[in-house]
This record gives sequence, C-alpha cells and structure tokens, in this order.
Amino acid sequence: MAGLAPGPPVPYRRPGRWVAYVAVILLVAWFARLVVTNPNFQWPVVGKYLFDPNILRGVLLTVELTVSAMCIGITLGIALALMRLSSNPLLSTFAQVYIVCFRGTPALVQLIFWFNLSALFPVITIGVPFFGPDLMRVDANALITPFVAANLGLGLCEGAYMAEIVRSGILSVDPGQREAAAAVGMTHAQTMRKVVLPQALRVIVPPTGNQVIGMLKYTSLASVISVTELLASAELIYTRTFETIPLLIVASLWYLALTTLLTAGQRVIERRLGRSHSDPGSKPRRDFVAAVGRNLFLTP
Amino acid sequence: MIVARGVHKRYGHVEVLKGIDLDVDAGRVVCIIGASGAGKSTFLRCINHLERPDAGYIMVDGHLVGYRRVGDRLHEVGERELCAARANIGMVFQRFNLFQHITVIENVSVAPIMVKKVAPAEARERAMQLLERVGLASKRDRYPRQLSGGEQQRVAIARALAMEPRVMLFDEPTSALDPELVGEVLSVMRSLAEDGMTMVVVTHEIGFAREVADEVVFMDDGVIAEKGPPSDILRSPRNERTREFLSRVL
Repeated sequence: MAGLAPGPPVPYRRPGRWVAYVAVILLVAWFARLVVTNPNFQWPVVGKYLFDPNILRGVLLTVELTVSAMCIGITLGIALALMRLSSNPLLSTFAQVYIVCFRGTPALVQLIFWFNLSALFPVITIGVPFFGPDLMRVDANALITPFVAANLGLGLCEGAYMAEIVRSGILSVDPGQREAAAAVGMTHAQTMRKVVLPQALRVIVPPTGNQVIGMLKYTSLASVISVTELLASAELIYTRTFETIPLLIVASLWYLALTTLLTAGQRVIERRLGRSHSDPGSKPRRDFVAAVGRNLFLTP
Repeated sequence: MIVARGVHKRYGHVEVLKGIDLDVDAGRVVCIIGASGAGKSTFLRCINHLERPDAGYIMVDGHLVGYRRVGDRLHEVGERELCAARANIGMVFQRFNLFQHITVIENVSVAPIMVKKVAPAEARERAMQLLERVGLASKRDRYPRQLSGGEQQRVAIARALAMEPRVMLFDEPTSALDPELVGEVLSVMRSLAEDGMTMVVVTHEIGFAREVADEVVFMDDGVIAEKGPPSDILRSPRNERTREFLSRVL
C-alpha cells in the first residue's frame, strides 16, 4: 500500500445524525418556549412555595416514611426469603402465600385497608392467643395513626418485593460456598450470615436501590390517608389557593431532587461493589461488600 | 482413624454406593482411584456427612459422623453435633470453594474464630503460619479471584488445616488446575503426608498415588473392586477392571 497520505482515516459521514440533532433541538426549544411563556405555569408562585415551611415539613415526612417503610421491607424481605428457601415446607409455603397476597394487591388498597383496620378490630389486644389473659388492650384508632398505617401498608407490601430480590441474591451464590462452610463446621445460621448473605449483597444491592427510589414516589399514596407528606402538603396549599399546577411542580421538583440524589448514591455504591471481582493484576483494595460483611456479619 | 462399614447411597433409582467398607489408620494416606461415576467423590463426601449415607456408618477418630447409636439403631444427630464432628474433618474441594468476599487471611482464620471461638488475633497469627507453610504469606490481603488456581487450592488447604483436623479429605484437588499448577499443590500435600496427617485423596494423579499413598483403593460401580499397597495395585492389578482403568490412564 505505497503512496498513502499520512494522517488518520477519514471517518464515515453520517448525515442522518445532523437531521436528528436539528429535530431534537427544535422539539426541546418549542417545549421550553411553551413552558416559559405560558403564564398559567405561574413560575413566580413555584418560587414562592419551593421552600415554604409546610412543603419542607412534607419533604421531611416523605423521607422519614421512605426510610422506615424500606427498613420494614428489607427486614421482612430477608426473613421471607430465608423462609421461602427453607427446607421446612410449612415456612416455605407461608412465605409464598405472603408474597402472592401482598404483591398481588395494589399498595393503595393495602394502605386504605390498614387505615381502616379499626373497622375490623376496634380493640387490639396483646396476650396469649386463644386461651390466655390479655396483657394489653389498645384502641385501634389510637394505635393505627395515619403514619403507622402508611408504614404498614408500604412496608408490608415492600417486604414481598424485597423477598424475591433477596431470594435471587441468595440463589446467585455458588452452592460450593455453602459446602465449604459446612465442611469447616459452620452451622446453617453462621453460613448464611457470614458466607451467603454478604456475597448475595452484590446481587441484592442494585435492585434494592431501585426499590428505594420507587418507594420515595410510592409514599405519595399516603396522601389519600391524610399523611401530610410532600404531595399532601402541596394539596393542602392548592385546595386553599387554587394554584394547583405550580404546587404540583413544586412537589415534582422535590421528588426529582430526591431521586437524583438517591440515583447518585446508588451509583457510588454499585461502583464500590465488586472489588473482590477485580483483575488479578489490580492492587488489592478494601472491598465494599467485605467491609459491610465485616461490620454486619463477621463480628464474632 | 476412619472406619467405614456397609456405606450405601442412592439418588432416586441409581445406587451410587453399594456397600463400602474401608479402614484408614492414623497417619496413613489412602488414594481412591477409579473412573468417573464410580462413586469416589460421593464416598468421600459421606465421610464428613455432606452426603447422608442411606445405610451403613462411618466413624472418624472413634466417633460416628452424623449419627448417634441408641440401642441397636442409628439416630440422626442435630446440627450442633454434626458441626462439631465436621470441625475435626478437613476437606479440600475440586473447585477450591474459597469464600469469595473475604481476603486470603480471612479465609484461613474465619472458621477458627466462628466455630472454635479462637480469639481473632490468635487465629490470624496461626493463619499466617499456615500461609507461610503453603508459601502464600505474601498474598494474605488478596481476594481469592486475584490468585491463580494453584494458589487458591493451597489457600484452601491452609483453610482446612486451620481447624486442626484429625483427618484431611481431598476431592480431586488438582482436576480443575492448569497442568503447570498441579505440582505446587501436590508438593503441599506431600509435605502434609510426611508430617503424618491422615489423608484420603480422590485423585486421577496416578504418579502421586504411587509415590505418596500407603494404600490405593480402586472403586468401580459403587464398590471397592481392589485395594492394597500402590506397588501391587498399580503395577500388578489382579482385578480385570483395575487393569483396564490403569491401561487407560497411564
């Protein structure tokens, strides 16, 4: 191949790209103009309420509800997954039935159900079932506050989803790991805590991040049972002032900000996962899963 | 040290073990050879009750493994007793099975800390001694995936030794290794044998069996077809199937 001019090869021309660029930019510009010039969006009102104390209280409650419902969901999910995988047929069936019931009905229905629990059990008693004396009697309306009902509804439903995520994580761990743990004399519980679950984390964490983001948005369902989370706080204001659209935009901006924050956090965690999967040549570094495993599971 | 009597095992309709009797005295090295599917690995896994024998029993160091004798019957024992029995039996797997999420030194020290309740500092010190013994002290902070197959298997041997077992079981310890890595694992096993460890080794390494084993057991179709000193079995087998097998592998 003599006589070639120096320099890199001329890239292939893609005229279609330019057409696509122009189309997308035009579309975005048109939409932006629509949003900015339409006075009905009432942008000054959005600015006025964005950091309103009532809205901020709603944001706080949304975050609280997300955290507590996810805690219930994750704890329940681990327990249900272990039951589901247990050799005890009764436990396994119980877990399956639970998952069918709580995953098979809408979260909104469950939420309203818990909110109206007092219609079913006006007085809740704690004591020995069937025979024994009651140790405690509580009025259901006093016990099941809207916040408690929202936690139960969202958390118990989340447990069903988390159970399947945890189960797939456990099943992803090589059975040889369990055999090796058994061979050195570890009990089933030790094997789960120190060998299987820490390794299952690698598979469990990414979808759990999705679940947290989903939960943040699902907490808006609690607005129907008068929990004044973010959406309800916005509603309370616009039912009074009729500034519906700007307040929905305020709520949406907060939801977007929070989910963006969570997405960034999820990416950091995922990047730190898989240190023990790095190449033989790379410098050994502290493995994130191992670090979690050490703190959560490996303390004797 | 190991006494097996009438060990049977079946999976569904397939009878994998059809009555195995075997005695291994303390400090002896027994190599089990035979074609794949002969039941070698299944028998080895019965010794530490990873497989539950359907009939017969196995004793290690004078204690039944997985069972307790009540009158004239065997009763299955609970988890605690089974785990205590397994803690005295080291096992090395074909595919190493190192704990992937923790470092080399943690792999070697985790079982003593968890099972024997050894103080962590002491367990780590002992783990370092064992890693030095298998020549991997410098890899203490690596993760298993960062090691070669031969290195992983040597760590696995150290992990088993950390429990100070009375016997060591090896389930085809070199079968998953690249040929050039087999030697380093065999030499660790040879030094263990020289130190007087009681060992049962399922292997395809006839050379290792000839050199290190006190006794070679040839298994065929779920039974022990022939056993004896390696010089007899490997040089002048009497059994037709043994002769056939050896002519194929040698």
